[in-house]
Amino acid sequence: MSRGRESIVFERNIARFGAARIASQWKPGSGGSVGPLKLKTRLPELDLPADGWVRIAPHLSGICASDLAAVDGRSSRWFDPIVSMPFVPGHEVVADHDGARVVVEPVLGCVARGVQPVCAPCARGDLGNCGNLAHGQVSEGLQSGFCCDTGGGWSTSMVAHQSQLHPVPDDLSDKAAVLIEPMACATHAALAAQVQPDELAAVIGAGTMGLGVVAALARWTPPATLLVAAKYPQQTQLAHSLAECRTVAPSEILRAARRITGSQILGRGSNARLATGVDVTIDCVGSPASIESAISITKPTGRVILMGMPGKSTIDLTALWQREINLRGAYTYGREMISGRQYRTFDLAAELIAAADLQRMLTAVYPMNRYADAISHAASAGSRGAVKIAIDPRRGSR
Amino acid sequence: MTRQYRSRPGLVLEVDRSTAPVLMHHGEQLRLEKLPAGRSRVIYPPEPLKPIDDPDAAIRDALENPIDSEPLRELLHADMVLTIAFDDISLPLPQMKRPDVRQRVMEAVLDIAAEVGVDDIHLIAALALHRRMTEEELRHAVGDRVYDAFAPRGQLYNHDAEDPDGLVLIGETDHGEEVQISRRAAESDLVIYVNLNLVSMDGGWKSTATGLSGYQALRHHHNVHTMLHSKSFMDRENSELHTRNWRQGEVLREAGVKVFQIETTVNNDLYGDGALEVLGKREWEWSARDRATFIGLRASLDRMSPSLRRRSMQGWRAPYGLTSVQAGEVTAVHEITTSNVFDQQIVPVEGQTDILMFGLPYICPYNVNSIMNPILVHCLGLGYMFNMYRGRPLVREGGVLILSHPTEPEFSPVNHPSYIDFYEEVLTTTTDPEVMERDFEKRYAEDEWYRHLYRTGYAYHGVHPFYMWYWGAHARSHLGDVVIVGGNPEAVRRLGYRPASTLADALEIASDTVGHQPSITYFKNPPLAMADVS
Repeated sequence: MSRGRESIVFERNIARFGAARIASQWKPGSGGSVGPLKLKTRLPELDLPADGWVRIAPHLSGICASDLAAVDGRSSRWFDPIVSMPFVPGHEVVADHDGARVVVEPVLGCVARGVQPVCAPCARGDLGNCGNLAHGQVSEGLQSGFCCDTGGGWSTSMVAHQSQLHPVPDDLSDKAAVLIEPMACATHAALAAQVQPDELAAVIGAGTMGLGVVAALARWTPPATLLVAAKYPQQTQLAHSLAECRTVAPSEILRAARRITGSQILGRGSNARLATGVDVTIDCVGSPASIESAISITKPTGRVILMGMPGKSTIDLTALWQREINLRGAYTYGREMISGRQYRTFDLAAELIAAADLQRMLTAVYPMNRYADAISHAASAGSRGAVKIAIDPRRGSR
Repeated sequence: MTRQYRSRPGLVLEVDRSTAPVLMHHGEQLRLEKLPAGRSRVIYPPEPLKPIDDPDAAIRDALENPIDSEPLRELLHADMVLTIAFDDISLPLPQMKRPDVRQRVMEAVLDIAAEVGVDDIHLIAALALHRRMTEEELRHAVGDRVYDAFAPRGQLYNHDAEDPDGLVLIGETDHGEEVQISRRAAESDLVIYVNLNLVSMDGGWKSTATGLSGYQALRHHHNVHTMLHSKSFMDRENSELHTRNWRQGEVLREAGVKVFQIETTVNNDLYGDGALEVLGKREWEWSARDRATFIGLRASLDRMSPSLRRRSMQGWRAPYGLTSVQAGEVTAVHEITTSNVFDQQIVPVEGQTDILMFGLPYICPYNVNSIMNPILVHCLGLGYMFNMYRGRPLVREGGVLILSHPTEPEFSPVNHPSYIDFYEEVLTTTTDPEVMERDFEKRYAEDEWYRHLYRTGYAYHGVHPFYMWYWGAHARSHLGDVVIVGGNPEAVRRLGYRPASTLADALEIASDTVGHQPSITYFKNPPLAMADVS
């Protein structure tokens, strides 16, 4: 007898949103216990939205910073029109499909939505830039894991369009494969920085994304000098194991950048900045402080890649204007160009994980019924010596 | 009322159960600590010597009757080029009440120069790679009259060791050590050096060969090898630092740089007979009023904000009294000066100890009117204090040094910019001075930003934190462990030392190295004293 689907469901509940928002200010990740999530059992299987959609059974699903922001009630209102509720979170997914292991490329672009003709970005393969995230055969949702029709990885089953599925290479374990989606993001950000061999580059943040960017830079576009702001000891150790780099505490990055650039520091305290600076900075944190830090250490006309999800931020952009710095976001993935050849980012990510042994970044796996613990752990991963936390739906509440 | 001086010599007190808790400085705060009875001793500095009654007359006499030299008046002539160099803000500690000894000496020198008709006179603060002195600090050292007469015309200024046109390479010693000096000094008919000798390390050829020099020459003695072979650098006869300075001095002399050295010594009267007198008294002699004063003082300091506490302590001006002044040939003068310093500071001590303990005060030569950062804590404890010995180190080889200081990772970005980088970059990589010297020193020494801040702001030279670390090299190689009581744990560990929250904890930690019944010596300071260890 079927026991139905078990899912951690994110429901629209204003009171719980508020509780999560307040509690998370005291302790990040508190939304996992007081917020809008609920573990539900005996749910009916999701309908297949249209032809080309299949049902898959997640093996592992990671917890991402965007999941944490949603659970803690800190997500930007920007997402409101491109999210549909209730949804099952989990967009970093390795799953079973008819006995084969697959990873999900979660962006719900034109092909998955059955939109014809596909938009220009989707035609190029840049799914992250799709212009039809609220149209087509499924409800609004920028990705699986944020759409009420598709479900997500924090569930015993979900649906996905065949175009979203990538077979997992045999030499990658589930624990490695669940990192393909975040490492695709990291690869995309690293390549978006277009780092040249003679350039000085900085990476702010050394969580999953920051370390992924460090690994991707080392593999595809190593700079002359790479500076990494890492907050915790294990992050520092991992960064050094992934690339030839200099690591510093985040509060020390300005002076460290000065040392490698031979620049001068202008101003004091929070108003301090480099007279020149590094060529490119990739901000993998996305906080107002990290963005301002990135701008303050980047040279005039340099590049700042904003990879960490920022949310609503109050930032003095005078420096950006006065120094003519190029600020660009780096969201998801699609296809990349390396040495004139085009690759799918997911393929590059799988290659990166195998080559750099990134599976070690998956620190802990929790069963579904301990999702609150998992979220709490993920929210304080750095201080608890962790990097990536995942949920194993096969170890549910049964 | 005339100040009374008992001038009792220093002493070594064996601690027993009836011994009162001892005063221990803890940065800008004060502590009373009870030492283990039966195996502890306290070294008390000598009391202040009676100063010269008429310092101005003594100065005039020294200038008229110099040692191994013609009287100053006979060395001066109207059309000569005269440079007067003087010790910078690093001396004395704390700064002295006005008038500063340097002011008295310079006014006397300038009076004679004026009588002779010397016009071309420059006054230079011989600060080597130290920070520039502010106008207020210069005024304090030389007096308003001298400052107003010379500074507005550009004839009173700070030495600039990074001025490409302002330094000349005089030559090399027979050991290959380059000798560099201020161009103005090199081209002068006479250099008069006005020194204020607080410890026996100061003065002699170190005044000119170091104070008016630059990195190119200083690196030949401000390095790890030299410091490892200076045992101690407070004892010139056994100091490689001084041997090299003297060799450079000989090159200066042979090159025709004529130096008329004026050295002065002061007593160790830090507190006078006013409100702080209790800090200079021996604890068992504290009266009820002294105890009340101490309790009030300690409580007040504890309640102040750190910045107010710092301002309060740095604002103290000591009523030092001049105990000697001698002028003439550099080495001959310095011999007498050193002897006079020892008269004030030497305490005979029998035998070494397993554990040596210091309460570090709020000031060292490199944080006057500034912040005592962790690197300076290292320098003060393992550099200066450890080396306050003659004969052999006060603590045995493999023994433990216990320091009491908050050791907060706080820095002055104005005065110590390269120290911040040293703390963040170098100390996170290594605490080995030889590795620092090999892998980092040159880059810091030649960093354009540090150079800019040194020349135009009030920053110590980029290489200076390295020298501060090297200053402790001998102690590091000698000691088995270093424990800092009440220090910021992260900062203490970054220095390579072990943090302890209380003195009892520190002794417990030290027992790992020296066993459970170690002998303990607490070397009380300030005021400064020097152990003559038999």
